[in-house]
Amino acid sequence: MITITNIKRVGSEKTESVTIEGGLIKGWNIPEEGQVIDGQGGTVAPALIELHAHLREPGQTEKEDLSSGLAAAAAGGYGTVVSMPNTSPVVDDPAIVRSLIEKANSLGFARLRPAAALTKGQKGEELAELTYLKEAGAAMFTDDGRTNENARTLRLGLETAGSLGMVISVHAEDASLRADGVMNEGPVSEALGLPGNPAAAEAARVARDIEIVAGLHAQGVPARLHIQHLSTARALDLVRAAKAQGLPVTCEVCPHHLTLTDEALRSFDAIFKVAPPLRTQADADHLLEGLRDGSVDCLATDHAPHTRAEKERDLLDAPSGIAYIELAFPLMYTRFGETLGLDRILDLMTAAPARVMGWTEPTLDAGAKADLVVLDLTTERPVNPAEFRSKAKFTPWAGETLKGWPVLTVVDGRVAYQR
Amino acid sequence: MNAPTSMGARPPHLLDFQDWTPERLKAILDNADTMLQVLDRPVKKVPALQGLTVCNAFFENSTRTRTSFELAARRMSADVLTFAAGASSVSKGESLRDTLEVLTSYKVDAYIVRHHAAGAAHLVARYSGKPVINAGDGRRAHPTQALLDAYTIRQEYGSLEGKKVAILGDVRHSRVARSNAELLPKLGAQVVLCGPATLLPPGLARMPGVTLTTDPKEAVRGAHAVMALRLQRERMSGGFLGSLQEYADTYQVNDTLLGEAESGAIVLHPGPMNRDLEISSDAADGPQSRILKQVENGQAIRMSVLYHLLVGRN
Repeated sequence: MITITNIKRVGSEKTESVTIEGGLIKGWNIPEEGQVIDGQGGTVAPALIELHAHLREPGQTEKEDLSSGLAAAAAGGYGTVVSMPNTSPVVDDPAIVRSLIEKANSLGFARLRPAAALTKGQKGEELAELTYLKEAGAAMFTDDGRTNENARTLRLGLETAGSLGMVISVHAEDASLRADGVMNEGPVSEALGLPGNPAAAEAARVARDIEIVAGLHAQGVPARLHIQHLSTARALDLVRAAKAQGLPVTCEVCPHHLTLTDEALRSFDAIFKVAPPLRTQADADHLLEGLRDGSVDCLATDHAPHTRAEKERDLLDAPSGIAYIELAFPLMYTRFGETLGLDRILDLMTAAPARVMGWTEPTLDAGAKADLVVLDLTTERPVNPAEFRSKAKFTPWAGETLKGWPVLTVVDGRVAYQR
Repeated sequence: MNAPTSMGARPPHLLDFQDWTPERLKAILDNADTMLQVLDRPVKKVPALQGLTVCNAFFENSTRTRTSFELAARRMSADVLTFAAGASSVSKGESLRDTLEVLTSYKVDAYIVRHHAAGAAHLVARYSGKPVINAGDGRRAHPTQALLDAYTIRQEYGSLEGKKVAILGDVRHSRVARSNAELLPKLGAQVVLCGPATLLPPGLARMPGVTLTTDPKEAVRGAHAVMALRLQRERMSGGFLGSLQEYADTYQVNDTLLGEAESGAIVLHPGPMNRDLEISSDAADGPQSRILKQVENGQAIRMSVLYHLLVGRN
């Protein structure tokens, strides 16, 4: 049993305590029992939920592993993480799903809900054994960065996953339009002489995938499509239109696409190389508006760790990805606390991802699962990559002063992180 | 060399022309006159860089540029360390930064960098902390090539002021075109970039003093210098062109097209040439051609750049 004292619920100035027992919230402001933890006057919220993280295990543990990745997630205030299946080997086998969940459970950091590959080997050709993968505990299906070039396979996958009540999430990018692009195509890429990735590569693929869902929907086939890391204004407009038609399409946006633009590439620093690429300020503004008006469903980080040596390569050779699951909330709260408001940011990182997945929305009520985070919304401190739990100890925001740092994360009633 | 303040602060590197004032650029061209005289002497060597070690760091294959830089450095009495990535640990996966740290431990004083990726020379400058001359990075920049082109045009006309320079070919993938489009307007010339629409990025029209056209006659009309860019045959497989023949029939720099230019307009090519593809043999070898002159001037320009960056630097 744990009691956390000296905390405030979001929207309240009242100092309270919460008692946790058997992995559940036992009650509020009841006599202290068992271990007592001082919440340091922080604000308590349901633990954050990440729908898109690369934890690199199995096979790429020099970049990250379950231990470092889930510890990083807990330090970022996350209670649940959906990991991407593009590991080595690919997570396309129920035995791998089971072993990942077992190992994660033994670690005691954030909870792992692995996504499984949609197709065998993520090759985009044959569907994986989606039924068995679901039984093993897969949270969703995705071929992620492999971009689902074969539209028919995606359609078959949507039919199958839909019948299982599962979401398919997609990296919506037309690989032929992207070609060899390593950054947003536009005046900056042209000035820098770097091959560009046009906004149309994302919008065209989003349009195609929405049409597939619309076709299935018209026939009464249940299919749920989640579009990962939307980066362009045009693609968001397509999602808006699809939602207006009542189609079961959701989307996520990453904080890096809101806070950085293609101008950052003028440094030629591969730390800013991500897929989809950093776009323009107009795109970032449009995405922010989407977060405000509800057309963007949730936030996700696309935590994508790489080794420092890989990121110190030139922009053509370096891999794509930024690892910052530990910073996501402080970054969002510091930059957009005033424009979006604390409640909306928290919703986008807790209840909203649960809604996308069809999970029970997390609450702080007695009887609810004891997954919670205590946030220090006032203390400002600089981002220090040396303190990261992630193996990727570098970040575009190094040195930037942020507030909203998690001080305590509880997962399943256990302390997963305490600052 | 302590330059007057009107030239602006001396940039530590030659990565592109962003930090370079027209005055500093003109000083490099002026200095090249002196270097050409050195090259005409029986003993083609001056002691300016004695005791310094220049590293020719070539992460991408190149014979002409590497040789030109190597000779330029040796003629200034520098020691030259040649690093070719193909035969190095880079091919075994070593990062650019690790490679640079090893080279820096050899006490290198300056780097000449050729790399297939845009921005790599900037990374070398950041990691090494030594003066870096960009000898071509991806599609981005090849500043000494642009300087030697500018020098060759100036040699002909005495000044770049008011001159029109037409650059034809695969502009999209050309660092030579980008660097010339950046440099020549700084020196008073106007630049017209011309090629098939698939090879002509529209955003380049934002550069001051630069216009774009897909019409070769319009590009060349009234030009004082006409430059053909090398057409890389792999562009065919990228779907950029219908056929090489179609390209040659439309965009080849030949006597017919040169008829549209100013009388006596000079012909330039950064080399190596695909004869009778982007340029006809008549134009390449004719009286208006300054292609071999460019090569000779290249050495003088590179000597001048080395002098400018290294002599007098603490």
